[in-house]
Formats: sequence, C-alpha cells, structure tokens
Amino acid sequence: MNTIIFRTIAPLIVATMLVFSVYVCLRGHNEPGGGFIGGLIGAAAIGVFGMASGVATVRQALRVDPMAIAGFGVFLAGFTGVLSLFTASPFMTSIWLYLPIGETTIPLSTPLFFDIGVYCVVFGTISAIALALESDREEEL
Amino acid sequence: MDYVLAALVGLFIAMGVYLLLSRSVIRMLIGMTILGNGVNLLIFTAGRVTREVAPIIPSALEQPSGPIANPLPQALILTAIVIGFSMFAFLLVLAFRAYQSLDADNTDTMRLAEPEQTPNPPLSY
Amino acid sequence: MDLGLSLDTSLLLVALVPFLAAFVAPFVHRFIRPVSGWILALVPGGIFLYLLGFVEPIVSGGTISAGLDWIPSYDIRLSFFVDGLSLLFALTISGIGALVVLYSGAYLKGHPHQGRFFGFILAFMGAMLGLVLSDSLLALFTFWELTSITSFLLIGFDHGRQAARRGAIQALVITNIGGMFLLAGGILIHQIAGSWDLSAVRGMGEVLRGSGLYGAVLVCILGGAFTKSAQFPLHFWLPNAMEAPTPVSAFLHSATMVQAGVYLLARMSPSLGGTEAWTLTLTIIGGVTLLWGALGSLRQTDLKQILAQSTIASLGLLVLLIGLGTEASIAAMAVYFLAHALYKAGLFMVAGAVDHETGTRDITTLRGLADKMPVTFIGAGLAALSMIGLPLTIGYFAKEEMYLGLIGGQWETALALIVLVLGNALLAGVALLVLIRPFLGDLAPTPKPPHEAPIAMLAGPILLGAGGIVAGLLPDWVGHDVLVPAASAVLGETVKSHLSLAIDLTSPLLWLSALTWALGILFYRQADTMRTLLRRFEQGLGWTADTVFDAVMFGLIRFAGAVTRFFHHGQLEFYLTVVFAGLALAVFGPMFAFGGFDWLVPAADLGDWSKRLVLPGLQPYEWGIILLAVLGLVAVLIAGTRLVAILSLGAQGTALAMIFLLFGAPDLAFTQFMVEILSVVILALVMTRLRLDERDHRPFEDWARDGTLAIVCGAGVSLLLMLVLTGTLDTRLSDFFTQTSVPIAHGHNIVNVILVDYRGFDTLGEISVVMGAGIAILALLRRRKAPLPPRSADPTEPNHRVTEAEA
Repeated sequence: MNTIIFRTIAPLIVATMLVFSVYVCLRGHNEPGGGFIGGLIGAAAIGVFGMASGVATVRQALRVDPMAIAGFGVFLAGFTGVLSLFTASPFMTSIWLYLPIGETTIPLSTPLFFDIGVYCVVFGTISAIALALESDREEEL
Repeated sequence: MDYVLAALVGLFIAMGVYLLLSRSVIRMLIGMTILGNGVNLLIFTAGRVTREVAPIIPSALEQPSGPIANPLPQALILTAIVIGFSMFAFLLVLAFRAYQSLDADNTDTMRLAEPEQTPNPPLSY
Repeated sequence: MDLGLSLDTSLLLVALVPFLAAFVAPFVHRFIRPVSGWILALVPGGIFLYLLGFVEPIVSGGTISAGLDWIPSYDIRLSFFVDGLSLLFALTISGIGALVVLYSGAYLKGHPHQGRFFGFILAFMGAMLGLVLSDSLLALFTFWELTSITSFLLIGFDHGRQAARRGAIQALVITNIGGMFLLAGGILIHQIAGSWDLSAVRGMGEVLRGSGLYGAVLVCILGGAFTKSAQFPLHFWLPNAMEAPTPVSAFLHSATMVQAGVYLLARMSPSLGGTEAWTLTLTIIGGVTLLWGALGSLRQTDLKQILAQSTIASLGLLVLLIGLGTEASIAAMAVYFLAHALYKAGLFMVAGAVDHETGTRDITTLRGLADKMPVTFIGAGLAALSMIGLPLTIGYFAKEEMYLGLIGGQWETALALIVLVLGNALLAGVALLVLIRPFLGDLAPTPKPPHEAPIAMLAGPILLGAGGIVAGLLPDWVGHDVLVPAASAVLGETVKSHLSLAIDLTSPLLWLSALTWALGILFYRQADTMRTLLRRFEQGLGWTADTVFDAVMFGLIRFAGAVTRFFHHGQLEFYLTVVFAGLALAVFGPMFAFGGFDWLVPAADLGDWSKRLVLPGLQPYEWGIILLAVLGLVAVLIAGTRLVAILSLGAQGTALAMIFLLFGAPDLAFTQFMVEILSVVILALVMTRLRLDERDHRPFEDWARDGTLAIVCGAGVSLLLMLVLTGTLDTRLSDFFTQTSVPIAHGHNIVNVILVDYRGFDTLGEISVVMGAGIAILALLRRRKAPLPPRSADPTEPNHRVTEAEA
C-alpha cells in the first residue's frame, strides 16, 4: 500500500478531507451533514494519513491524543446542556445568540456546540481505533 | 416499491442470521454487520419511503413546500449506524485478541468461561 | 415522658436508633474495646427506660400511635403504635437486649469480630422492636424479614464452622418461607379490610371472618407465625440455631425472634381468632409442639440443646394458650410470655457462663459447680424456680392462670388441661435437670478449671432471675401493669386480674400445681431412663426433619446444576439458535394469532393471482442498486477468499447507502458510505493478520438447520414489515418535528435538528457509548510492556492471559 504515489498524494487528500469534514459538520444544521458525518470523514482522513506516513507522524501532527479529543467532545456536548441552567430552563434547552459581524450575522447556538462535541467524539474515537490498529500492525511487521 | 424493500430487508436478515449461526467468529462479525444493516433498512422502510425529497426545508421557508421524507426514522438510523460501527470495531478487536490469545476463531473451542466438564456444585453448606 | 420531641419523632427514634447504633457499633468497639459492651448496652437500656414512660398512659387504657408517609400514592405509611401487647414485648426486648449486649461484651471478649457482632445484635434488636411496634402490615412484614436476615447473620456468626452455616441457612430458609406467607396474608387482609393498619384491622374481625378468603388468610398468617415460632413440624431449625454464640441464643430464644410468631398470633387473634379452624389448629399444633419439645428436651445432654428444645415446648404452650382464646388463657399467655422471657434468657446466660468458664456444656460431665461458681448458681436457681413455677415466682402465676380457665369444662378443655399439666411437669423436670446436674454434687473435672464468670456475664442471670422473683412478690403490680393491658389489647375488652399472693388450700389450682411439681420431680429422677428410651425411639424412626431439609436443599442444588448445564453448556451456536428461534416465534406467533395473513393476502384475492402480481414501480437504476445489494449479500456468503468477502461486505453496504440516497435520506447515505469505507479499512487491517480458514465448513445437518432458521427469520421479518406497510402511519411526531424545526429550533435540516436539539439527550448517551467502545478497544489493543511468555502447556495460562487482555 505504501506506494510513492499514495505517499505523495496522501497529505493533499488528508488536508482536503479534514477541511471538508469541518465544513460538513458546521453546515449540518441547515444542509445535509452534521457532527456524525463530519467526524467519520475526519477519522477516515486520519486513517489514510496513518497508512501513508506512519502512525508516529500522525500522532505528532495531531499533537493531542485522539481519545482526549473524544473526551473533550463528550464534555463539550454535556456542558452545552448544562448552560441552559443559566436561563432557568430544563437541561439541554437550546440557547441562541446572533453575533452581527459586518454585514452578516453569525448564529451561535448551543446545538451548534453540541454538534461540534459529537464531531469531536466520533472523530477522536474512530481515529484512535484506526491508529491503534495501524500501530499494532506496524509493530508486528 | 415498498414491498421490494421489504423483501430486501428479509434477505438482509436471513443472511445475517445464517452467518451469525456459523461457528467462525469472523463470519459472525460479518453477519452482525449485515443484520444491523437489515434492521436499519427495516426502520427506514417502516417509516414509509418517498423518492428524492430530503427532509430539509428550503432556506427561505419556515415550512416545507411539499411532502418530504419522514425525518424521524432517519434520525434514529443515523445514530444506529455510528453505534453499529463502534460495536463492529469492538467485536473485531475482541475477536482478534481472542484469536491471538486462544489461537482459535471457532467458538466451539473457546470454552474458558464455560468449560466442557463443569463440576457439580458442592453439596454442603 | 416528654423529651421535648414530638411523639412521632420519639417513637420513630425508638425503632430506628438501634439501627444507627448498629452502624456505629464496630467503630465504637474499636476505640473503647474493654468497655464497649457497657457503653453499647446503654442504647437498649435507654430505650427500655424511655418505653417505661409509656406504661402509665397505656395502663390507663390508651394507645399511642405515630407515623409518617412512606409511599403516599399507595396509601402506605410507616406507622407505629403502642398498646399493652406491643409495650410488653417492646419492654422485654429492650430490657433483655441491654443485658445481652452487656453479656456479649464479656462473652466474646477478644474475638476478632466482636464489633461486627455488636452491630448485628443491635440491628436485630431494632428489627424486633420495629416488628412489635409496627402498625402497618407492610412495615411489620419488612421488620419481620429484617429479623430473619439479621438472625441469619447472628446464627452464622461463627461462619468458619459448617454447622453454624447450616443452622443459619436453615433458619433463613424456613423463616423466609414464612415471611412470604405473611406478605401474602397481609395483602389478602388489605384486600378484604381495605387498610394496611393493624389498629384498623383489629376492629374488622367480623368482616375478615365472614370473608370467603378467610381460609386463605388463616393459612398464610399461621404459615408465617408457625415457621417463625418453630411449631411442629417446622421446629427443627431452632435447635440448629444453637450454633450461634450463646448471647444470641439467649436473646433469640427468650424474648425475640421466635416470639415474633407468638406476637403475630396474639395480634391477629381479635381479627382472625374465635373460629373453629383457628382454635383447633392452634390448640392441636401448640399442644403437639409442647409435648414434642419437652420430650426432645429430656433427650439432650448439651445444656444449650436442652434449653432450645424447652423453648420449642414453651412456644407450643403459648400458641396453645392463644388458641384457647379465653380470658384466662390470654391473660396466662401474657404472664407466661414475661415469665418465660425472664427465666429462659437467664438460663441461657448461665449455660453460656458455664461453657465459657469450664469449656463444656455436657450435663453428663458437669458436676458440683456451685462452690466454684456461686453467683452463677444463684442465677440458675432463681431462673429454674420460676421455670418450675414455685410460689412467689412469676412462673407460678402463669401456671395458675393457665389452669384457671380450663377447670370444669368439656372433654376438649380437659384434654388441653392434661396436655398443659404434662407439658409443665416435663418442663419442671428439665428445670431441675439444668439446676441440679451441673451445680450440685461433687466437683467433676472439666476441660478448663472452673471459676466464677465476670460481672458482665453475671448481671444478666441475676437481674433477670431477681426480676422473676420480684414480679412474683408483687402480683398486684404484674396484674395491673402487665397482664391487664396486654390481655385487654388482645381481647379487645378490659380484663380483670386474678393474681394474688394468697394461697387457697381448697382451690383445685393449687392441687394441679402440686401435681405438676410431683410429676416434674418424677421426670427428673427418671431423666436418664427417658433419655435412653427417647434416643432409641429416634434411632428407630431413622429420619428427622433435619434429614428432609438436607435432602430438599441438596436436591435444589442438584436441580439448579442440571438446569444450568442444560441451558448453559457453552455452545454459542446453540444459544443463538434459541435466540433466533425465539425471534421467529415472536414474529410469526402473533401474525398467525391475529390473522395477519388474511390482512396481507385477503382470502378473496387468493384465487386471482394476477391481482397480486403487480410489478413494482421501480426505475431501472433502482433495480440495479437492489441487484447490487443482493449480489453483495450472496457474494459474502460464498466468498472463497477474505478479500472477496470484505469487498462484498462493502458492496452491500454501499448499495444500502445508495438506497438511502435515492429515497430522500442524504445524511444517512453519507454516513453509511463513510462507515462502509472505514469498516473495510479496519477489516483489512485486522483480517490480513489472522490466519483463518475462511471457508464455511458446516456439516450438512447444521447447514440445513441454520439455513432453515435464517430463511424463516428473514421471511418472518419481511412479512411483518409488509403487514406494517399496509397499515396507516401515525405521523404526529414526525409532523411536529417538521412543523417546528425552523420556527423553534432554527434549523433547516430536520434530521440534524432532531439529533442535536430535540433528542439531544439521547445523542449525548450515544456519543458516550461510542467513546466507551473506543476506550474498550484501546484497552484490548494495549500492548503489554513485558514480552509475551512462551506458550506453555499450562492449562491455566490462556485463562490468565485472556483476563489480562480483557481488563
């Protein structure tokens, strides 16, 4: 699998996929997409990167342990639910905030951050699994 | 077309069951995936299928302009797919480790928890 | 007595304080080891003194009740009430409890688990107090079961010995079966009377006795009481419970545990008593138990066993008295209960002291201890006098009162009188045996050189014995403060006390007593002969209730083993076959039962197949995708190599994704695509490293069986789905999501809005599951730091490694 062509193209593919995964995640509320799909695309990118450049390189590039990202995701998702405490409404009641920046308005909402949490969990967990399997394989070979 | 999908669901389930009844762990794993796919399709079909109109409201509107696909089964299935995948990965790794530790992928030879000759329970207090 | 607390609070405290004390007892014991018995005895002692304050209002005819809501929606309250009967029991329990705690401080001195023991015995006392103070039948049941559990812990306290474990299990099994009876009886009573409260049920005797369910209620209540109070033929657990440390025996068999059944019968007698069935059952069972226990007592040579068997006899006596149900017999019941509690607890303590200081309890080896253990001897003497029923002891009045109601009646009462005289005489013989054999005569050698017991162990017998005598000297007080309130509570009307110190030589009662004593002396002198005879009889019988119990228990274990081996034999495919056969049944059963096939294919259409053969309106590319799915599935099945199998798996998944895409589910399609890609990648990563046999080697029978099952399951699900599709879909929920997605949740992608907003809580759970699976996988994959040991022939080896890998 480690052909020259694959190794050369892989970083390009990976970068594109990662950007695309974030895009899919963020647009999810109004267009097809969302945290689950985005996370899967991102994890696939990491898997491809791992195959091409080796697990050590990927871990170095990620800087953070993927499981930590997943943990952060669960925390973020749970935390957005807790925020509704401040509006004296039940757990996970959504809160919307419209930030006007120049001509456009950026809608910030707890469901958005919740979705980002989902993204982090799926991305982190599945990347961790893929990397662990790959490193297991590398050690054996 | 509903009936065709229903028949396809039956095929998925039958294949999944047949593979799950095998003694090889890897075949059981594949059977599990197929069974999961079959159940997802079952939920999807049971929520009625329509062609090509995704449950997405055009950005200018508050309500969909015409009939749309049923969003509820889709939401159920979306998480089911991801969880099913996690389950699949877990079982795969478990089978892999079992293979490494026990040198077997046949469930008949995996008898550590329930050995062939279980001793009788002690007859005393 | 007013402690500044409301009555509710203080009465609740009485029932709950022992549990709190039980909780802290081990810690208290750890810090003040030498005097922990003295300190902890303050708890029951305090309760005793507090309850004494209730005597005055109760004697003047009142009752006290308190409670709090437990499960208000079912009208269940944790309610307590105090009347003469419960006060008598509660005072006895707490009073003897204090002495027992004190006693066990010395008896178990230096035992490594003494703190635990204190905890158990205080919890047991709390359960017992709760039992006699409960007003609600359900609270009574709860405390009843608590006494069973705590007595299990106490009897099995010395859990290193098998005999102790057996005794504990026996007591638990028998009394818990009784507990179930009691629960059933309580529920039936609630059904009939419409109230859980004993104080309300008491007034509804007519309703209960007239009900068609009276027989069932009676069986249940008697079942509960007879198991707890060790009535024949369920008496055998009680002697085995003697495996408990002696303080436990002294407590359980005098005023608590076994008396719970007597209490229940006394409590229930105004509501259930008075019928022929009640009277006959109680008198017959009570009478048989009395004689059986008394004779059994003479058979024994172990001091504790002698006392245990005599307890059975006394319980039978109490049940017999409740069964007779006359004013005099109920009064006798109250007095005898007190007398018995005082002397039996004292005698057990004496037996324990003798055992503790000499190392044996065998009356055939013990002789002449009176010189070495004078105070113990005095304690034994006081208790034994009361047990014999000599004048000036409370036992005398109990006996007088018993005979009083039975003189000059029908032949039934005469028979009861004979049984009572005989039973009392046997018990008097036992008392003489226990008093004279170990203490009088020449000193015989014992395993340990005998010496006097410590004061904490003497306080109990002396105080209790003195109590018996003092009560005997103050018949007016006993009559007024003990007998009348308790008997009135049982009978529901005010009774008069007949107790007096005057001895009337013309009264037949005196002569009956004299007859009892004479017979008692006779039995004592012939004790050895009788023992030989009784033992021969027992050997001739060949089996005992004990052997039956063992056979039942072992049969149960064997049965459980057989069932487990049948269902859990370790063949995974058998389990799965059962599961899928169950699935097929669950799908097809209701379809047949509710005529699902008629709905699917109406009988009218059956003849005309052309009507059913309508080609589905699918586009060619849709057919193509479905074909891809079918091909993928079939290819997985017949794949010859791993790679083909993996790719075919991918093919069917991709086909599924395309179906989602075609029918309006782009989100699902994307997700499914990504999952398929990742699955194939992961499978490829792992599968290439397994040297597996990828072909399916099923024997033909298996192949046929599995195939049939698979087709049946698949067809069943298909048909069920078609049936569902013929019905109408309830779209209210979907419509709600569709209508409100933009206005409320500000999202245009309804599926995503459902996921992250409407069902956000579910999604939170789901991502936690994903993360959990990830952690489990990483744990499985974690490499051991140390190199793998070479595979050895040691059979335990793989086991060890698997647990390590799973950990």
